[in-house]
Amino acid sequence: MGNFSAKIAKFIEVLIDRRGYVKVLEGLQNTLIIAVLGLAIGIVIGTLIATVRVLPKYRRSVRVLNGACSVYVDFFRGTPMVAQLLLFYYVMLPLMGLHMSGMNVSIAVFGLNSGAYISEIMRAGIQSVDGGQMEAGRAVGLPFSTTMLKIVIPQAVKNILPTLGNEFIALIKETSVVSFVGAANLYTAFNYIGTNAYEFMVPYLAMAIIYIVIILLISFGIKMMERGLNKSDRRH
Amino acid sequence: MIDVIDLQKSFGDLQVLKGINMTINQGDIVCVIGPSGSGKSTFLRCLNCMEDPTGGQIIFNGVDIADMSVDINIHRRKMGMVFQQFNLFNNKTVLENIMLAPVYVGMKELKKKNPFPSRADKKKIIAEAKVNAMSLLCRIGLEDKANVYPSTLSGGQKQRVAIVRALAMNPEVILFDEPTSALDPEMVGEVLDLMKELAHEGMTMVIVTHEMGFAREVGTRLCFMDEGIIMEENTPAAFFDNPQCPRAIEFLSKVL
Ligand SMILES: Nc1ncnc2c1ncn2[C@@H]1O[C@H](COP(=O)(O)OP(=O)(O)OP(=O)(O)O)[C@@H](O)[C@H]1O
Ligand SMILES: [Mg+2]
Repeated sequence: MGNFSAKIAKFIEVLIDRRGYVKVLEGLQNTLIIAVLGLAIGIVIGTLIATVRVLPKYRRSVRVLNGACSVYVDFFRGTPMVAQLLLFYYVMLPLMGLHMSGMNVSIAVFGLNSGAYISEIMRAGIQSVDGGQMEAGRAVGLPFSTTMLKIVIPQAVKNILPTLGNEFIALIKETSVVSFVGAANLYTAFNYIGTNAYEFMVPYLAMAIIYIVIILLISFGIKMMERGLNKSDRRH
Repeated sequence: MIDVIDLQKSFGDLQVLKGINMTINQGDIVCVIGPSGSGKSTFLRCLNCMEDPTGGQIIFNGVDIADMSVDINIHRRKMGMVFQQFNLFNNKTVLENIMLAPVYVGMKELKKKNPFPSRADKKKIIAEAKVNAMSLLCRIGLEDKANVYPSTLSGGQKQRVAIVRALAMNPEVILFDEPTSALDPEMVGEVLDLMKELAHEGMTMVIVTHEMGFAREVGTRLCFMDEGIIMEENTPAAFFDNPQCPRAIEFLSKVL
């Protein structure tokens, strides 16, 4: 046990006296930025794709668009995030002659990736909304897009909020791989501390604890939001 | 007002409407009855192109709205529709349900005149829609329910709100698809009473119904549908007292 407290002392020394906390804060910030922006981009992409997928299919253009969406979704759901990051950073960008920071690449890839997952979640959500809602909107002369935006999607989002929360949590956890394209994150921060303290037991334990705390906080937030959104269910 | 000419509708191989002709004039109250599966709902839903007709024409105020190139939304605003399952917007309060479309249309017209309308102009549209919605709610005695969500209303209340939601657009005609079939018996009366009121005010209505008493009392015309065509058309009194075609006689013997 004396051994363990020595390790903790060493960890604290690197964390505080040698300013390891700066790295941790930076990693924490990046983790949250990538997950939040990734989720936001994912919601936009996912909603658009889901809308395409529930459109009636008698027009050829809709069928083509639908096919393109399903290729997109299959690609991003069928390959690991690491592969997508590496492909984007080391293949796509050089081929297009572009340069982007690892952080920006991570945000983009997380957005594209979660867009694919959220499109499936959102499609289920849209299908869970009674078809009469769309009909009623169209019957008073609202266009499809307005009815979708104001009536169907808000109800769909309410139905899928727990699943969307799980997607956010998955994104938070996945941020541990963005170091593959050189973006700082919680893993790189604690790895740095471990390297400088010559021991990894306490840093990695601390990293796991931070992840758990973030995720518990998010779960709590989602529960609160659900409660707020349930106000249209039977209450005066 | 509405001229239906040789209207046809098929779902895949199933031909549901086999050529329907009908003229609906201002102030008409057309009741449509017939056995289940005869195509009554499909006919009604074709009138505002909720289902796209696969043949024939629907001339509404001189425009063939069955033509896919017309902007159907503009015409639908003049044709209210009331559903069996009410279909109030669940995520909107009662007041918002009634105001949504009028505000949308008001804003759209405002932007047509001026792409960057002032805040005051927008507020004015919302305020006007609200005054109108509240007066409609007062009319049905539900002004105290303005800010609740539809899930808290009884079936009869929901359907009355759905009717005034349609009225809020000042439609020229309202289409009803079995408006009382999903209601508990004790709530049927309040909805029929509201519909009678509209009838007396001269609203043009097309009503698919199983309420024979109501059809007889309020209807100006009765259409008996079977197998995708209108088999018999007459005044309600003449139809009920003296049906002509065998299918109508058989149908009436079952329901009356
Ligand atoms: N969207 C659809 N796709 C395929 N078939 C349909 C569709 N809508 C209706 N039908 C079929 O069309 C026929 C007529 O249906 P419709 O709903 O118009 O009958 P209805 O006279 O309103 O009957 P009810 O009194 O039971 O409401 C039925 O055989 C029905 O199965
Ligand atoms: Mg029907």
